[in-house]
Parts: sequence; C-alpha cells; structure tokens
Amino acid sequence: MVDAIAVRGLVVDRGGRRVLDGIDAVVPGGSVTGLLGPSGSGKTTLMRAIVGVQVITAGAVTVLGQAAGSAGLRHRVGYLTQAPSVYADLTVRENARYFAALHGRGAAEADRAVTDVGLASAAGQLVGNLSGGQRSRASLACVLIGAPELIVLDEPTVGQDPVLRADLWARFHELAATGTTLLVSSHVMDEAARCDRLLLIRAGRLIADDTPDAVRSAAGVDDLDEAFLRLIRAAETTQAGEA
Amino acid sequence: MNSRILVATVGRILRQLRHDRRTVALLVVVPTVLLTLVYYMYADQPSVPGTPSAFDRIALVMLGFFPFIIMFLVTSIAMLRERTSGTLERLLTTPLAKADLLFGYGIAFGLAGAVQATIASAVAYWVFDLHTAGSSALVIMIAALNAVLAVALGLLCSAFARTEFQAVQFMPVVVAPQLLLCGLFVPREQMAGWLQAVSDALPLTYAVEALQEVGAHAEPTATMWRDVAVVAAVAVLALLLAAATLRRRSS
Repeated sequence: MVDAIAVRGLVVDRGGRRVLDGIDAVVPGGSVTGLLGPSGSGKTTLMRAIVGVQVITAGAVTVLGQAAGSAGLRHRVGYLTQAPSVYADLTVRENARYFAALHGRGAAEADRAVTDVGLASAAGQLVGNLSGGQRSRASLACVLIGAPELIVLDEPTVGQDPVLRADLWARFHELAATGTTLLVSSHVMDEAARCDRLLLIRAGRLIADDTPDAVRSAAGVDDLDEAFLRLIRAAETTQAGEA
Repeated sequence: MNSRILVATVGRILRQLRHDRRTVALLVVVPTVLLTLVYYMYADQPSVPGTPSAFDRIALVMLGFFPFIIMFLVTSIAMLRERTSGTLERLLTTPLAKADLLFGYGIAFGLAGAVQATIASAVAYWVFDLHTAGSSALVIMIAALNAVLAVALGLLCSAFARTEFQAVQFMPVVVAPQLLLCGLFVPREQMAGWLQAVSDALPLTYAVEALQEVGAHAEPTATMWRDVAVVAAVAVLALLLAAATLRRRSS
C-alpha cells in the first residue's frame, strides 16, 4: 500500500513560537492512524499542515502523491476541525446538502451521511439548537459526504457518549476497510488502542510512530496510558541530556 | 468559478437569512418606517414652484441609502462569522473557489437588497406619492446595484476586522463619509474644492447622482449610465480585492 501521507522535516512557527520542530512521519493508506499528544503539543497544527491550510516554515508534506493543499486534493481530502464548523443558522440537513453540493454529490448522499452519524431524527433541527456532541456529529457528517480518500479528524469523539463513540470508531474502521485513510487525533487513550498505528507528539516533536502493540512493548507495559507516560519521560530525559 | 457551486452557495446564504425571521422582518419594515418619518418631517414645508419637493428629493436618495447601509453591515458580520466559526477555513479545503464564495455573497445579498428596494420603492411611490421624471424600475435597479456595492465593500472590510466590535466600527468609517459628501446635505458644487475631490473618489456619490438623474429626466441619460458603470466597476474591484485578502493558507 502506498503511503497516504508523507511528512519530511516539517517545521512550523506560529506567533514567533516553534510549534512543530522537524516532524518526519508516514501514514499508510487504508488505515486508521491515531495522532496523540497532550494539549498544545502541535496535533492541530500538524493536521492543518496535512490538509494544506497551514503556512509552514520548512519541510515538505505530500498527501496522496501531491503537495499538501494542491487544488487537485480538494475533492480527495476531508477535514474535520476541532470546533464544529457548520452553519448554526441552518438545519443539519441543509448543512449536509450544501457541503454535498460543493463535492458534486446529491441530496440522497447528504441524507445518508446524516443518518450515518446518528442524526436522522435531528435532521430538521437548526444546528444552533443542538447539543455540543450533536453539533460535532453534524460537522462530521459534512466531512464524510464527499467520500474523500483521506479523512483528517481533529478530536471527532469529544463530548460523545460511549455508545456513540464505539459506533463512530466502527464506522472509521469500515471506511478504512474500503481503502479510505483516516488520521484521527484524540487525547483519550482507550481510543488509541482502536487505531492501526499511532503517532505520539509532544512539544512539537514526534516521540513514537508505531502500532499500539509495538508502543506497549517498547515501553515494557500493557497499559497504553502508562506506555505513553514512560515514552514522554524518556523523551524528556533525552532532551535534557542534549541541552 | 463553478456554476453549480455558486448556485449552491447563493442558496445556502439565502436559506440562512430565511431562518432568521426577525432580520427579514427588519429588512422589510425599517425602510418603510424611516420613509414615513421623512414624509411627515417635510409634509408642511413649502416647496419652490418648478423644483421637486423636499420629500421627493430626499426620499429618492434614501431609497439608494437603505440597501447600501444595511447590506454593508449584514455582509461584514456574515463574513466575519464565516471566519470565526471555522466554516471559512473548511470551505477553503473543499473544491469551492474563492470567487464562488464572494460572488455568492454578492448575488445573495444583492437579491435581498433588490427585494428591500422594491418594497421601499412601492411604499414611496404608492403610499407617499413620490414623483420622479424617470422610471421607478431604474430607481430599483440603482438601489439593487448599491446593495451589491455594499456587499463588495463589506466583504473587503471584514478582512480587516477580527471581532464583531471592529466590524461594526467600519460602518461609520466607510459609510458615513459617503453619506455626508454625496451631495444630499450640501450640493456638491457648493463644497470646498478638496471636499469635492474627496466626494469624486467615493462610489456612493455616483449612485446618488444616478438617482437624481432619474428624478429629473424622463429618459435614462448618458450621465446616469456612466454613474451606473462607475458603481458597478467599483463593486467588481472591491470583490477582486476581497478575493486577494482570502488566503487558503494561514499561520
């Protein structure tokens, strides 16, 4: 399988601060890759660089064989921002149908995407009247409509109840089974265990890029939470040693 | 640009407006209320024989002001909401072209402005007996063009506002000097030379002159068509500048 995303020596500065400091990573096609790290570690900035909306300082990001942000990728990449980016003054259905139209898809596909995220019964409601969890699912529906080959999801399961979270992860794996590549950020460790591969970043540097099992065995513990803590501490000791 | 995406965007913006019933009601009712005030303000003022009455003179120009002021504000806020809600960033990762979005706003709010101008003109002509030498259709056309100009300037200004507070402050900056210097309060030829020069550089001056031409002449004049062309050209220029301020990549 060809790599869906290849990041080489990526450096990003925002507001005079180095947010990403030399990231090298690849994401294999047709997989679910988890992007994990503490808040402020650079997860969102890395995702923005991959979808091509982030000004980068150095390095290269290749997505589906093209430079990130190329016009040819706009049909092929779907991006879910962390804050739900849907129109609060439209209904769920109207939002879905608008984003469907941008991708040349019809109303039937829009309605199916709304059903897929469990919002069929709320389809006629204004997004502004929905709960936070429902709002972020409305936003997710708008990403799934265009059937993109790469889906980048920034914390899609925040505020969802456990049943819905399980349903959404099952849906992500169904999509991966049909060849779609998913990059999903999270800071919930039980979600990390559901991924095929994991990228762990801390303070703008990549400290792990492996399968969940390999991460566990590298750290010498069964619990992913504990494994991450050990990897982060080990990385800190190395950085302190360098300085 | 892509016609399917443009049509979908115009539909989406009008649907957002439709869900906001109070805004729709205000768009329709406020011009009528203000025209009523102006009508009774000047009802007892004597008019000089052979010249248009004060109400005819002022109401005609006001029909051009309403869509200009209101569509400028509505657009500035709508575009700022696109930026702050993250929908703009999301749209720019989709196949939508920048021109689809900007012309989408221009067409959608231009239509809303045309509806507003039509209702206000109907009230002015039928209820308050407004007299113009030229056709009411030309008055509505110029008012709708003012709406498009206001949308274009609003889209451009919203690029320089980071909050709603800032966006609202652009209203007095952009709109007030154009109202003061357009020739309604002091005839342009009686202004100091430097004020005339400033007035010459402001697009609303041409819209007001075009309306006054319709008021004074039965047939559309060459001056009116030149003024209409100037306003349309400034609107297109502002839309192109607004497109240049939209960046798919940001830091």
